[in-house]
Amino acid sequence: MTPTISVRGLTRRYRGHLALDDVTVDIEGATITGLLGRNGAGKTTFLRILAAQEFPSSGEVRVLGATPIENDAVLRRMVFVREDQTYPDIRVGHVLRAASWFYPNWSAEVADTLLGAFDLPACRAVKKLSRGMRSAVGIVVGLAARAEVTLFDEPYAGLDAVARQTFYDHLLADYAEHPRTILLSTHLIDEVADLLERVVMIDRGRIALDADADTVRGTATAVSGAAAAVESFAAGRLTWNRRTLGSHTSILIGSPLTESDRVWARTLHLTLTPLSLQQVVVHSTTGASTGTSTGAGAAGERTKRSPA
Amino acid sequence: MLDDSSPIFVQIAERLADEIADGALAEGGRAPSSNELAAFYRINPATAAKGLNVLTDDGLLEKRRGVGMFVASGARERLLERRRTAFAQRYVVPLIAEATRLGINTEALLTLVREAGEVVDVSEVRPAVADEPQPNSARGDITV
Repeated sequence: MTPTISVRGLTRRYRGHLALDDVTVDIEGATITGLLGRNGAGKTTFLRILAAQEFPSSGEVRVLGATPIENDAVLRRMVFVREDQTYPDIRVGHVLRAASWFYPNWSAEVADTLLGAFDLPACRAVKKLSRGMRSAVGIVVGLAARAEVTLFDEPYAGLDAVARQTFYDHLLADYAEHPRTILLSTHLIDEVADLLERVVMIDRGRIALDADADTVRGTATAVSGAAAAVESFAAGRLTWNRRTLGSHTSILIGSPLTESDRVWARTLHLTLTPLSLQQVVVHSTTGASTGTSTGAGAAGERTKRSPA
Repeated sequence: MLDDSSPIFVQIAERLADEIADGALAEGGRAPSSNELAAFYRINPATAAKGLNVLTDDGLLEKRRGVGMFVASGARERLLERRRTAFAQRYVVPLIAEATRLGINTEALLTLVREAGEVVDVSEVRPAVADEPQPNSARGDITV
């Protein structure tokens, strides 16, 4: 099967700045993928290039089997909801009507339901809306389009927690009925962690992590207890961060534990705390290293055998 | 509702197995669909389906084409049997380990268990014996 989105060696260079550096990634079929990374990591550039709103410096991008640039057949099957989308001076209802002409799978029913859910007045001018309401308009378009490829770039600016939950719930419900390829760029990782099937993390323009969300979830554990016991347990493993309080030490271990590891930890009277997806992402991102004695390495990079 | 202790699909499978074990999901009854689970737990439908598959692979659920998943006959007893086997490892071993750490020997531990059996109110706990319901006789009825 050809991947829905196929990116090979994608590089985007701005004057003196490498926004994307040799990015290669495939996204297949019906999945919800989280595009994660810090601000300025390259997430928006990546999505804009997929949506043909920007050109790559080099590399190949194929969406639905073809290049999206100037390709109306592909672009109609793809919706891109930007952070802080701007609109011409028209009413909410007009935005939706225009979108319904463009997207072949448009669902007026979904649009109506979401207008209600977000309390959006169809007759109000988009200009007069608050920032959160304007974000909601983007979300309505993104979901009602039912496009085969749906790209959301941090679409929740100004939305409060309740409205964001409304977005996630409707996204899931409509996705369950009409599975499609959804790429959701976000830094609110904890909020969306359970919706994601796959996680792609961009760090300084490079792919730092590309894995099943379930795999990532089980990879890191905080081990704490008596210093000597923790050190002997952590020896030779990938460690991210070490903190000490008196004779008590806590070490983040960045590789999965086996069942016999757990039994051993119990014998040593150690406490094991699994890390959330968000914590794993934070610690496997280079810039976020807070490691003291060991220091955090880049994702997947094995640090030297820790001094026991 | 879910935590980070294990992959979500494993937690979904465990929840469903719990419901089968305590009879909330009766044998022959329809299990929730992946979309229902996804909406309830706010998780990806594929993850929910993966959780259901764990139970079908295990023979605890049966697929009926076009209708859904149903609890297989004998599923409850198989789960209970498995849990009885795991009981020592899961509860007794940690109990003895902690007792040893505190200097409580096995004899003193047995006395504690007997005493607790007389005090703890287990009237709300339904013993998992399928055929003979024992409404109140379970109270304090712990023999070691």
